[in-house]
Amino acid sequence: MERHFDAELKDLNNDILKIGTLAQEAIYRSIESLKDRDKDMAKSVIENDKKIDELELVIDEKCLDLIARHQPMAKDLRFITTGMKLNNELERIADIAVDIAQRVFELADKPLLKPLVDIPQLTTIAQDMVKTAIDAFIKGDIELARKVLLADSEADRLRNSIQQELIDEYMVKDGSTSPRAVQLLLIARFLERICDHATNIAEDIIYMVKAQVVRHHPERL
Amino acid sequence: MDKNIKMKAQDINFFYGKHQALKDVNIDIYVNKVTALIGPSGCGKSTFIRLFNRMNELIPHTTLKGTVSLDNTDINASSIDPVQIRRRVGMVFQKPNPFPKSIFENISYGLKVNGIKDLDFIEEKVVKSLKRAALWEEVKARLNESALKLSGGQQQRLCIARCLAVESEVILFDEPCASLDPVSTAKIEELILELKRDYTIVIVTHNMQQAARVADYTGFFLLGELIEFGKTQDIFTAPKDKRTEAYITGRFG
Repeated sequence: MERHFDAELKDLNNDILKIGTLAQEAIYRSIESLKDRDKDMAKSVIENDKKIDELELVIDEKCLDLIARHQPMAKDLRFITTGMKLNNELERIADIAVDIAQRVFELADKPLLKPLVDIPQLTTIAQDMVKTAIDAFIKGDIELARKVLLADSEADRLRNSIQQELIDEYMVKDGSTSPRAVQLLLIARFLERICDHATNIAEDIIYMVKAQVVRHHPERL
Repeated sequence: MDKNIKMKAQDINFFYGKHQALKDVNIDIYVNKVTALIGPSGCGKSTFIRLFNRMNELIPHTTLKGTVSLDNTDINASSIDPVQIRRRVGMVFQKPNPFPKSIFENISYGLKVNGIKDLDFIEEKVVKSLKRAALWEEVKARLNESALKLSGGQQQRLCIARCLAVESEVILFDEPCASLDPVSTAKIEELILELKRDYTIVIVTHNMQQAARVADYTGFFLLGELIEFGKTQDIFTAPKDKRTEAYITGRFG
C-alpha cells in the first residue's frame, strides 16, 4: 500500500542525495583548486558551503517533522534516523573541503614543496569512499557499505606515510620547509577525516538496511 | 519453569464454534514486565488475553486446546476455581465498567465478596488502592458519591484500583485507553509503568505508540497466529518478520 508518508520519505531521500552531491562536488573542487593552485576555485568552495549548511538545516528539520508527525517505526524509523546522521556526516565532509580550500590560500603563491604523489592517491581513496557510501545509501547495498569500511585502513596507512615523509624528509632536514610541510600535513589529515566520515556513513547504512549496529564493533561485519 | 515467567500459554488453539480464532500460540508472560499484544482488528489478541483469566469460558460454544498456566499451575485444571483465577488475574476493559455504586463500594465490593468483614481493614484497603491507582487525591472528598459521576479516565483508574484491592498479581488491560482523551491516556500509561514494579501486566492495544511507550515485550498477532514476539525495542526498530514490519509501518493492506 502506497502511503502519503512514502512521498515525504522520497523527498527526504532526494534531499540527502542532494547534500551528498554537493559534498562530493566540494571535495572535488577543493582538491582541483589545490592541484591547479587556483584561489578562485578555492574561494567558490568556501562560498558554496553556505548552501550546504542551509540544506543541512532543512534536512534536519524535515527529519524532526517526520518523526513528530508520523512517529515512524521499524525501517521507516531507521531510514529517518540514518538520514539525520548522513546529513551531519555529509555537511562535515563539506566543511573539511572548506578546510582544504583554505590551505590553498597558504600554498598557492609558494613554490611546490615536492611533487604530489601520495596526496592525490589519498584523495582518490577519499572520493571513492564517499561516492561508494552514497551509492550504498541509494541502493541500500550492504556490500558497497562493507567495501567502504575495508578501504579505510589503506587511507590510514597512506596518511601515516605522508606524515612520516613530510616530517623526516622536510621538517627535520630543513626547518624552512615547515610552513608548507605543515599545510600538506593538514591536508593529508583532512583527507583522512573525510574517509572517517565515509566510514561512519557506511556503518549507518548497514544499520539502516540490516538493523545491525557495527559501529565500534568491527567483529560484527 | 523459569521463575521470571508469571504466566505461560502453550500450544493454544481456540475455536468459536467451528471458527478457529487462535492457532498454535505460545507465549511467556514475564513477571513485573509489561507485555503488549498488537495486531489488526479480528486478529485474536482480545480472545487471547481473555484466556489468561478464563473469561472465554463464559462464551458458549467455545473450545480451548492447549495450556495456560499461572505460576506453573494449569489455570483450567478441574480443581481450580475460576473466581480465584479472576481475583489473581484482574482485567480492565476497553470501556470503564464501574458498578452503579459509590466510589467506596466499587473498591470494597471485591473484598466483601472474598469474605472479608473487618471494616477497618476494608477502609484501609480502599484508601491504599485508590492511592496506588493515582485516584485518591481526586476522589477522597466524595467517596460516597456514585462512581458513574467520575470522568472516563477516573472510572478506568477506579477499575484498576478494584484489581489492586483484591491483590491481583496480573492485570490484563484490553484497550484501556480506547475511549480516553490524551491526558487521561497519559495518566493510565504512567500508572501502568508505576504498577509493573509490583504486578505483571498484559495489555492489548491498537495504539502502537502506546505499546512502544509502556511495554517491555510485544507480540504481534495476525489471523489468529502469533507472528512475532520479542523485546519491544526490537519489534519496533528491527522486526524480523515482514508481516510485522508491514503492520507497524502502516503498509498493511
